[in-house]
Amino acid sequence: MTTAIEIAGIAKMFRLHRERPTSVKQRLLVSRSRSEEFWALRDVSFDIAEGSSLGLIGHNGSGKTTLLKCIAGILRPTAGTIRYRGRLAALLELGAGFHPDLTGRENVYLNASFLGLSRRAIDRVYDQIVAFAELEDFMDNQVKFYSSGMLVRLGFAVAVHVDPEVLLVDEVLAVGDESFQRRCLDRVRRFQEEGRTIVLVTHALDTVREVCDRAVMLDHGRVHATGTPDDVVRVLRHRLLSADPSFVAEEGSREVEIDGVAIESDGGLRDVVHPGEGLTITVDLRTEVVVPDAAVSFAVVSASTNHPVLEVKTSDLGVDLGPIDGKKRVRFRIPPAPWSGGSYFVTVGLDSADGRLFHVQTQHYALTVPAVTPVEPRLTVLPAVEVEDL
Amino acid sequence: MLLNLVRKELKVKYTASVLGAIWSLLNPVVFLAVFSFVVRVLGNLVPDYPVFLLSGLLAWNFLSSSLTSGSRSVIDNANLVKKIAFPREILPLASIGVALFDFVLQSSVLLAFIALSGHGFQLPELLLYPLAIATLLVFTTAVTLWVSALNVRYRDVGHLLNLGLLVWFWLTPIVYQGYLVQEKLRSVSVLWFDAWTLYLLNPATVIVLGFQHALYGVSPPAPGQEPVLPVMSLGAMTGLLLAVLGVACGLLLLAWRSFFDRSGDFAEEL
Repeated sequence: MTTAIEIAGIAKMFRLHRERPTSVKQRLLVSRSRSEEFWALRDVSFDIAEGSSLGLIGHNGSGKTTLLKCIAGILRPTAGTIRYRGRLAALLELGAGFHPDLTGRENVYLNASFLGLSRRAIDRVYDQIVAFAELEDFMDNQVKFYSSGMLVRLGFAVAVHVDPEVLLVDEVLAVGDESFQRRCLDRVRRFQEEGRTIVLVTHALDTVREVCDRAVMLDHGRVHATGTPDDVVRVLRHRLLSADPSFVAEEGSREVEIDGVAIESDGGLRDVVHPGEGLTITVDLRTEVVVPDAAVSFAVVSASTNHPVLEVKTSDLGVDLGPIDGKKRVRFRIPPAPWSGGSYFVTVGLDSADGRLFHVQTQHYALTVPAVTPVEPRLTVLPAVEVEDL
Repeated sequence: MLLNLVRKELKVKYTASVLGAIWSLLNPVVFLAVFSFVVRVLGNLVPDYPVFLLSGLLAWNFLSSSLTSGSRSVIDNANLVKKIAFPREILPLASIGVALFDFVLQSSVLLAFIALSGHGFQLPELLLYPLAIATLLVFTTAVTLWVSALNVRYRDVGHLLNLGLLVWFWLTPIVYQGYLVQEKLRSVSVLWFDAWTLYLLNPATVIVLGFQHALYGVSPPAPGQEPVLPVMSLGAMTGLLLAVLGVACGLLLLAWRSFFDRSGDFAEEL
């Protein structure tokens, strides 16, 4: 597999001035030592294979956008080299450079030419752009009369029709209404099917898991983790949680330990359940000493809202595990439920009947519910008909 | 891309105006009318003063409006520079393009006036016109590129430019006769040079003199009158223009390099 983007030893240093000397006078009066160096990126190296989709994630200020801007050629890295093949288009902001006084049509031509399209090439795709943005009736209006939604639609429509081999996307998929977001994602999928390379910077971890086949996590300007989106998202998730001082990943007296947890849907998928499908959570326990009784609990927490959607404890269900000596397996069979699409984390806990904590693994396991496009249900009611002669 | 941008700037400039580009034409027309009238009433030492004035002034206007809008071009398009990777030089170049559009329109008004008003063209001198235009273009491009890149880093370049242009304008024989300067300065010597030579070191002076020679011409003065333009042979004028053109080409090369050097940091500086 060939490399589409080769990032080698990239570092980017910004000078932080307490007060930037933007005039000659200040430049003369303020000594240079007053500026502080801030390394937004340090020694970042990785390759992106042609036709792959890479998700770039990290907490705020981790250097994601700076890296994307370096790849796009907007910022010049302080050290290191970036090489890429083919035409590259960066979507850092939809409709950047739209001029309010120009019409939609004029802005399409202007914007597309900034993204590197010749006039004739724009002529060819113009109708597709308008159709994608669904703005057929408004192209001769000045864009200052557009709603923000219309602007975003037009901006995205132009950007995806520039026909790049490498597409860099920064957070822009997070705008617009739901149906437009769907179409953006569909478009991104088509890009993938056509074998183009995509680099996606986003805070929406679900999107990364859904769209990308590889992920890189940046932390304070360094590569912290690379791998499959699931793994990297989990690392980031833990990183975000551990930044919270009240968060402890694992604790307890460990008289009894959680030996393993398996999550499997009725369809046989691991860590994935479709809406309307049942699933089984299997918890293996292990102990060195004999424990008279214990209770196993789990909670499924939505990754986007951080709220538990399901909390279960064996003792609340009236289930008695009996004395534990050696190993024991507990299966929770969850009946089909209308799961909503997204990412979930599963916390598994183990405590004694009198409430002593044996072992808890907080949000240690992941569960994904693939989103389905909502389909309007077919109505089965029959209207009564009345006919009158008038 | 450059054409698209120039077209955009022009559209924005004339948006919501009924007459549009006619405003650009109207400017020299009014100038010619007003000065023709004023000169008739007051009398003047310079025959056909409107032609004399405009042949230099249009060139100057091109230089100064390229510089003023070019110096702001990168800053005014900060949101583009920060969000899209594109060749940054097209921003100042588009400013020059817009100024060129005005220059061409206004020059055609002036040329029409010269042809119709009875001033007429003088043939050997008219050949200087293309050379003067080429020199003006190269020199303007060089200075504009340089100023636009510098202005991103030091915003007071813009303020300095306004003052500088004012001084520069009066140092250049646009509204007054070059001959008078030549007379006064010839006898003054600064260090080893005479002041007139120093005066000619101003590239704008040479360019403006070139335009005046080409369009206003050097009709022999009526008895008892002084010549308007500095006395110099056609060959000397051509030589001066060629020298400035050469220097301007060198400047353009340097400015282009320095622009590229700095343009990598534009997104950060803005």
